[in-house]
Amino acid sequence: MTSPLVSIRGLEKRFDLSGSLLEQITFEGGRFRRKQEAVHAINGVDLEVQKGEALCVVGESGCGKSTVARTVMGLISPSAGEIHYDGQRIDNLDGKAALPYRRKMQMIFQNPYASLNPRMTIQQTLEEPIRFHHPDWSQTQVRDKIHEVMHSVGIDPDWGSRFGHEFSGGQRQRIAIARALAVDPEFIVADEPISALDVSIQAQVLNLLMDAQESRGLTYLFITHDLAVVEHFGTRVAVMYLGRVCELADTRNLFAAPRHPYTQALLSAIPKLEDDRPNHIRLKGEVPTPVNLPSGCVFHGRCPYANERCRQEVPQLIATDGGTQVACHAVEEGRL
Amino acid sequence: MALLEVKDLDVRFAVRGGDLTALRGISFSLDKGERLGLVGESGAGKSVAAFSILNLIAKPGYIAGGQILFEGKDLAAMSERELRKIRGNRIAMIFQDPMMTLNPVLTIGTQMVEAILAHRNISKKEARAIALDRLKKVQIPSPEKRLDQYPHELSGGMRQRVIIAIALLLDPEIIIADEPTTALDVTIQAEIMDLLLNLCEQENVALMLITHDLGVVSQVTQRMLVMYSGRIIEQGPTREIINDAQHPYTQGLINALPQMGEPGARLFQIPGSMPSLKNVPTGCPFHSRCNFATEQCKQAMPEYVRSGNVDVACYEVANLIEQEKRMQEAES
Repeated sequence: MTSPLVSIRGLEKRFDLSGSLLEQITFEGGRFRRKQEAVHAINGVDLEVQKGEALCVVGESGCGKSTVARTVMGLISPSAGEIHYDGQRIDNLDGKAALPYRRKMQMIFQNPYASLNPRMTIQQTLEEPIRFHHPDWSQTQVRDKIHEVMHSVGIDPDWGSRFGHEFSGGQRQRIAIARALAVDPEFIVADEPISALDVSIQAQVLNLLMDAQESRGLTYLFITHDLAVVEHFGTRVAVMYLGRVCELADTRNLFAAPRHPYTQALLSAIPKLEDDRPNHIRLKGEVPTPVNLPSGCVFHGRCPYANERCRQEVPQLIATDGGTQVACHAVEEGRL
Repeated sequence: MALLEVKDLDVRFAVRGGDLTALRGISFSLDKGERLGLVGESGAGKSVAAFSILNLIAKPGYIAGGQILFEGKDLAAMSERELRKIRGNRIAMIFQDPMMTLNPVLTIGTQMVEAILAHRNISKKEARAIALDRLKKVQIPSPEKRLDQYPHELSGGMRQRVIIAIALLLDPEIIIADEPTTALDVTIQAEIMDLLLNLCEQENVALMLITHDLGVVSQVTQRMLVMYSGRIIEQGPTREIINDAQHPYTQGLINALPQMGEPGARLFQIPGSMPSLKNVPTGCPFHSRCNFATEQCKQAMPEYVRSGNVDVACYEVANLIEQEKRMQEAES
């Protein structure tokens, strides 16, 4: 097996909730105590993104999927663990050393209404990253590049002097994609790039992302909550729950034979066109808060197959016969 | 007689430089206990259609024409005073974002009791008992405790259950639900939809469900309307439309879904985007994106034609039906 383009090792991220030292101190039962609380957004995630694939990370809100995306991009620093790009550790690099990786890794955000600067024309928006990463390029080179990316995302290059607000949501997302493509990246992190768009526009943008992958040999880390999109787009899928990966599989395998009880419930909850009534696997209760993580398997409180071991011991990802990796004691023991 | 009948409804927004027509010639009906889906993309007018039923469109919007007959009485012509007796009482609404609809500084119980006392002349204690009963109906764990809690103490799914409980407080005839699960996760969405469907069936409440999710419409509703640019372009039994959509736009909408495509292959896509209300093209509003558009489509809005049990506004479909008829005549 070739070495992965991006590898995430033992990633953890906690967001401190307790504030300053003075805010942490409380007076309880006649003595001062220091109380610290944190949101455990990611709790030990290991993932490898192979060159040329689209690895989809799915999960419900609060499962840590966006935090994974942002940590990989270096937008937030991990509490523990490492990020490697093409064999080189990048999460501890300083600004200057990280610069080449900033060009190779680009990000597309969810909301194109927020991710485009309203005071910049499209020309300026696209020019900025090119000039930043290629200060030696001539005016003509820059202009040609802008024309090329605008063309490839289906935006008329003559519209360069317009502002973001003059475009529809779908067009804005195309411009955001053009901005990411402008510096010829190898790896794109897309955080819910189509969830803010209408159905008919979603298809257009998904097609565009697939075309770009093919023509430019891109690698994607694709964050989404929409499993139907994953089935269509992803090479492999990682399902996350409360900051942990509970199942990692080839897209086809995951949809044909989901192994983890959470994945099964998640898949059954997608409303399908052929259904006459909702038919989904009911889970007990709700997602617990990531402030106080459950012991053992994070899913045990809602899992119909949970036993004493699940309440005590944290399950690790193990490979099954089909090649799927599952973090579940029930699957490991053959109970499921 | 249908429970609710909307006839030729026109809704306009008076803005600088003339009126924008948000709804044009909308007609549909809803029977007792029936579940109707309103489908369309953002800006198609589905929320305006739902809001206008209770005359909840904010200025500069206004109802410019048509009738909204609820049990034979025209809601569009009613005074604010009369309407208030119907809102929340006979016709209830559920909105998209439960955090926006619940008052953050009042307990759940206070808000529920308030809604009951606005319409019924009963004691606070009786009202509280009704509130508790509805919370039990929506299967909220420990309902007594919830009555004294504030909205922020509940999760998103739980809040939406409270909203459904509030909608059910006064045993309405109709519930209008505007994207009730869009803000929720998919597993929670499935639970809420399941709950709403079961309650409507049990209590024989009619449901008008506004959504952009065709999967949800397919699971929950019996009939559906497809809206585009302020018009209904197709309406009929849900199963019939989902399985065999007639209008090119509806077909495109269904085929653009990732679950319809071969995994990894290009998705079917409708070119362009919906025209803004400021420059709706003449004729069929879809003609600029339609593969079947002819000169005729640019001239005038097509009339509805019937195909099976489905009403469609499309010249292409009308021509096909005409052709089929001629062929049958030629055969016999």
